[in-house]
Amino acid sequence: MIEVEHLTKKYGDARGINDVSFSVAKGDILGFLGPNGAGKTTTMRILTCFMPATSGVARVAGYDVFEDSLNVRKRIGYLPETVPLYTDMQVPVYLRFVAGLKDIPYRKINSRVADIMERVGLTHMAHKYIGELSKGYRQRVGLAQALINDPEVLILDEPTIGLDPKQIIEIRSLIKGLSGERTIILSSHILPEVSAICKQIVIIDEGKIKAMDTPENLTAQLRSSDKVRVRCSGSKEEVVKAFRGLDGVKSVDSGNDAGAYTVEFSGAQENRSSQVARAVLESRWDLYELTPVKMSLEDIFIKIVTEEGV
Amino acid sequence: MKNFFFILTKEMKSYFNSPVAFVVATIFSVLAGYQFYVIFAKFSQLSFEAQTNPAVASQFGALNVTEMVIRPFFNVVSTVMLIMLPMLTMRVFAEEWKAGTMELLLTFPVRDEEAIMGKFAGCMGIFTLMLLLSFPSVALVGYYGDPEWEVVITGYMGLFLMGGAFVSMGLFMSSLTENQVIAAALSFAALLILFMLGYTSGLVGENLGKVLEYVSITFHFQKFAKGVIDTSDIIYYILFTALFLFLSMRSVESKRWRG
Repeated sequence: MIEVEHLTKKYGDARGINDVSFSVAKGDILGFLGPNGAGKTTTMRILTCFMPATSGVARVAGYDVFEDSLNVRKRIGYLPETVPLYTDMQVPVYLRFVAGLKDIPYRKINSRVADIMERVGLTHMAHKYIGELSKGYRQRVGLAQALINDPEVLILDEPTIGLDPKQIIEIRSLIKGLSGERTIILSSHILPEVSAICKQIVIIDEGKIKAMDTPENLTAQLRSSDKVRVRCSGSKEEVVKAFRGLDGVKSVDSGNDAGAYTVEFSGAQENRSSQVARAVLESRWDLYELTPVKMSLEDIFIKIVTEEGV
Repeated sequence: MKNFFFILTKEMKSYFNSPVAFVVATIFSVLAGYQFYVIFAKFSQLSFEAQTNPAVASQFGALNVTEMVIRPFFNVVSTVMLIMLPMLTMRVFAEEWKAGTMELLLTFPVRDEEAIMGKFAGCMGIFTLMLLLSFPSVALVGYYGDPEWEVVITGYMGLFLMGGAFVSMGLFMSSLTENQVIAAALSFAALLILFMLGYTSGLVGENLGKVLEYVSITFHFQKFAKGVIDTSDIIYYILFTALFLFLSMRSVESKRWRG
């Protein structure tokens, strides 16, 4: 549905993005992850035809964003990061304006606006001016304008930024509810958000793609070490010695809690916990707790953007 | 074409949602109305004097209401337009660039020219309403005197064309910046220079003087105010307007490339 090949955008001498390539299949949700200024917004602005790229090709629904911009723009809904709206318009007036521009037949505009307002939970705000709305409701108006023509592709730039936790959850479930038929690209610098919503993740930093995969694969692929947390009886020295003797052990940390240890293995393998459990049982200690410690997306992200050549 | 009308309506509405239209139109009417009062009162005073004092009568010849009220009034209106129209146009793009709404507008399936022409037409709509507000003054002259209505018609035609030129300049300046004050200052300065060129034409020799006169934005209005329709004047205003609308389009495009 979305194909991006060797996309580069330069701002004078500074590079916005450099040789970015990725593709999104129909119905997928792609998460763009990266620190501030990494090039997420630049990529989205190119995809939405706001800004032409310096070089490279981007296609949405088979149409080139530069050559066939109007056809692309008919098929996308875009929510920019700052949610720019006309504050001096009333909510339904604004949505009718957008609906008109987005080629919705004149007779259907009113029913369409009513539908979408109900869907994003704006019906009780119908008499308000956009300038009077709180950030969360403005975000909904932003989503409503993006969704009004039922677009095939949704591009959302930091859709939950600046919202309170309750609103974040609402907006997230709203976005999740939209997937299926629609292809969605969303950007964020909040990791749990991306891992919660997206099927595919692109990690971007300093204008370059650093990694691209599903959240699970990313975690698995980049797991350079496995950790298992254990609590058991037995004297500290003996336990540490027993764990050190296990296959592939990198280090054993006896920590601050009495009887609690963290065993780190080098290399990724599935049966680490059972190895540890067996060692404890063979020595006839009591096993109180056994937890495999997964590397979080957060760790991976930090690792990718801070280390070169992962 | 449909998009053009959506944007036109939206622009006109937003002038009335914020009090801009009311404020600008009120100031316009007050300034033009006051000047009209001065011109008309002076004319009636002269008429009285001419009845009793043959010296006054011979100095001014036959007192002509078209010549001495209508034409000066149109010149006054054109000066007031010079001051007020930049304030009407300054927000058009600058506000949208600043708020970021331009980014969203340009990702809607709308051609740049539809957006720009829609905005231009919106401003022209408000400007036309302003012009209509000046008509009661002229109607008053018609009630008490006997002006040549042909001159009134060509005068309004000239004001409308000149207004189009002012608005297009204002839109262009507004498209260059995110700052409304800068937009207003730039368009006022540019229009004032074009306004004043006509006055300097007498000082610089015949040939250059002719050129300056021809470039001057007010010179082309004079014939309209006299009741003469000259195609070269019409073409001047239309080309002027088209040029600055085209430049606005380029300027929007260039902002897109630079991001």
